[in-house]
Amino acid sequence: MNNTLSLHVNGKDYEIDIDPDTPLLYVLRNELGLNGAKFGCGLQQCGACTVLLDGESRLSCQLPVREAVKFKIRTIEGLVRDDGSLHPVQAAFVKEQAAQCGYCLNGMVMASVALLEGNNNPSDDEIRKKLAINICRCGAHSRIIKAVKTAAQEL
Amino acid sequence: MAAPITLSCENQTAPLTEKSLDKNDINSWLQVLEDGRIRIYTGKLELGQGISTAVKQVAAEELDTSLDMIEVNMAETGVTPDEGFTAGSMSIESSAMSIRQAAASAREAILKLAAQKWRIPVSELFLKDGRVRGKDKEATLYELLKGRQIEGSLDSSVELKGKTVRKYVGQPLPRKDIEAMVRGEAVFVQDLRFPRMVHARVVHPPGYASRIVSMDEDAIQKLPGLLKIVRKGNFVGVIAEKEYGAIQLKRKVDSFIQWDTSPGLPDQSALKSHLKALPADVEVHEDRGNAEKVLKESTTQLTASFFKPYLMHAANGPSCAVAFFDNERLKVWSHCQGAYPLRRTLAKLMEMPEDSVNVKAVPGSGCFGHNGANDVAAEAALLAREFPGRHIRLQWMRDDENGWEPFGTAMMVDLRASLDDKGKIAAWNCDVWSDGHSNRPNENPNTLLPAHFLERDYGHPGIGYRGGAWRNAAPYYTIPNLKVRSHMFQGPLRVSSLRSLGTYTNILAVESLMDELAEQAQKDPIQFRIEHLRDARAIECIQKLQKHIADVTLGQNEGLGVAFSRYKNETVYCAMAAKVYVDRGTGKVRVKKLWAVVEAGETINPDGLKNQTEGGMIQSASWALMEEVKFDRKHITSLDWGSYPMLRFPDTPEVEVEVIDRPDQPPVGAGEASMAPTTAAIVNAIYRSTGVRVRTLPVNRELLRA
Ligand code: FES
Ligand code: FES
Repeated sequence: MNNTLSLHVNGKDYEIDIDPDTPLLYVLRNELGLNGAKFGCGLQQCGACTVLLDGESRLSCQLPVREAVKFKIRTIEGLVRDDGSLHPVQAAFVKEQAAQCGYCLNGMVMASVALLEGNNNPSDDEIRKKLAINICRCGAHSRIIKAVKTAAQEL
Repeated sequence: MAAPITLSCENQTAPLTEKSLDKNDINSWLQVLEDGRIRIYTGKLELGQGISTAVKQVAAEELDTSLDMIEVNMAETGVTPDEGFTAGSMSIESSAMSIRQAAASAREAILKLAAQKWRIPVSELFLKDGRVRGKDKEATLYELLKGRQIEGSLDSSVELKGKTVRKYVGQPLPRKDIEAMVRGEAVFVQDLRFPRMVHARVVHPPGYASRIVSMDEDAIQKLPGLLKIVRKGNFVGVIAEKEYGAIQLKRKVDSFIQWDTSPGLPDQSALKSHLKALPADVEVHEDRGNAEKVLKESTTQLTASFFKPYLMHAANGPSCAVAFFDNERLKVWSHCQGAYPLRRTLAKLMEMPEDSVNVKAVPGSGCFGHNGANDVAAEAALLAREFPGRHIRLQWMRDDENGWEPFGTAMMVDLRASLDDKGKIAAWNCDVWSDGHSNRPNENPNTLLPAHFLERDYGHPGIGYRGGAWRNAAPYYTIPNLKVRSHMFQGPLRVSSLRSLGTYTNILAVESLMDELAEQAQKDPIQFRIEHLRDARAIECIQKLQKHIADVTLGQNEGLGVAFSRYKNETVYCAMAAKVYVDRGTGKVRVKKLWAVVEAGETINPDGLKNQTEGGMIQSASWALMEEVKFDRKHITSLDWGSYPMLRFPDTPEVEVEVIDRPDQPPVGAGEASMAPTTAAIVNAIYRSTGVRVRTLPVNRELLRA
């Protein structure tokens, strides 16, 4: 049942031999060794698995990989610049120490990148609305909002 | 295609020889590495509480060494000292303080060694960034020790620079692990990967009391992609090469099992009366004066009954473990809170000698107490034994986690209190109904979930730790006649420790009634509390809070409430205020802002303390407004985030925290302190806004509609 698919991830092309129904999340994590996106619910309810598809934030836990081949996929690993320095959104999360356990961070960072690429001066409400899908059990919300605002200034 | 990935937090070097595990030896906490860096060993695990940064700070201070030169080895059996569990906010009090003492003792031992060797008085030598320096002498610690480790015991008489110099301690130093996380590096147990690792899933029963009637093994064996099916009694697991393959197999195998789904749970709509009718073990914890007599004679007695539902830990990332079995040896990587207790219990479950089992703790998703971590580790171990020679990674699905984790128990508190003629509290009677608050792995396999599915009957783990139930049930206020009793029941759901244990419900009750008594006494609620406190630190904490809220203005349908507690009546002080808005049309409560003042004695890292306090405030608001484990007669029905909703970004309050630092006091862990006062302040604010007293959680909107 496997097919060979080609995926475009973080600027590179990958040929993968895989069951095409496999959700993108497992392909990124297990086939490509990209650990950033996380399994939180597998039900499109929590945002832990967020990636960017053609610049838009999308949940990867139920998206069959055969549908992902059409997109330019960007993961949190792909935000890091060539010289190893952090993307302004990543840097802002570090600066504001916007995490406790950090399991939700991937989703928070990726959704924020998508938000800021379309709107470089979001209001509090716009940030809250954009991150509404993203669950943070640790209650790091106020720091995360602050980090998004800090990032907006740097961009 | 994937290359083996190792955790960025995992040390690559093998444990050094000569490593002691005796908690009195310097060497068991601290070692000097060849490259001049220092490795700290803690039996605790990073749970997002920032403990690794805190232990680096205390060690850096005593050794006057930059943080970058210090690495931390978290809990691992046979490597770190046995410090029990990372729980009860005790990591700072216990582990960090031992490490501080070890580092200070190490400093003195090294200076003495250099002094002898160079024939220079100790007073002319100092330690800086991993080197001992004198007038014209200098050596790295490693050179000085000639590759050996520092010998000697912890010396409690040495100077603690953390109390005097405070170059690192008390500073809001940033955590380093957040950068690794935003880079997407492998930080969590969920991210562990080993060459040839395979994936497993467990087919959990569809109900608390379900048993297998029949299972079509032939059909299952023919399923494509199946590497192994494991069945032991009612425990069923599948192993596959690919993770998604294992997930699909879990579903398919389940369709080939016929389960007996006899009801095992009570009717939730009558839960309160069900719990109160259970046989209870009653104990008196406080009996001062004669509360019963004074209450009987009072004409102003107030009574109130409170209820808190079963709550979930609800970790963002479902529990996960990797297990490897070979040559009669087992190694498990787990986000458990206690590596040694899990090892002891696993050894019993697996009927293996303890020293053939190795448990390494690796960070997971924030757990807030005893969640499914140990259970998934035990399940992975059972599967690994049936599939030796390859690493088995097992992660629970969302419904495994929500359905089977040990919850925080439902509780009830009944209070009666009265005032004297001067408006002071004369008598207070408290009755607490609760299941236990800790069923952590205790060597009996029945503290591990899969033991309940095996053929052998390990029995019910029982009520477990009783102390959690009446924690903070006795008010911290001065009350001449006081009686506190706990009624322990064994409830229908699996339970264990959840952040702040019984304090959450007890303080909700105490602080609600304090507000009612203040009203009856016609006093300002803050003033009323202060009049009943004798502890200057408590009063200062409340007065600081008063300043934060002095200028708050309230609009229509808004209310401001306050609450206070000293956690366990002996550790952290926390004063809290909440501003809420209640939509009288829908009854929806919006917590707009929360203010907290916390004092946890000596502060090791004020930003870490703030972060944990803020997180607790938001989590507590979520508990109060939204959370309740739901079940039908067969099973838990809150199996996803739709059926177990929690507070999300559009509704999270703004939070503001002030930390009072008291370097002259011992530090106490503060991770649980804000939970109870937050909810209490919220319900008090709801009362101010609506005149309705909320005594049953989660807040029932119907009561608040005008
Ligand atoms: S894992 Fe995809 S939304 Fe939760
Ligand atoms: S930081 Fe733990 S889930 Fe957000």
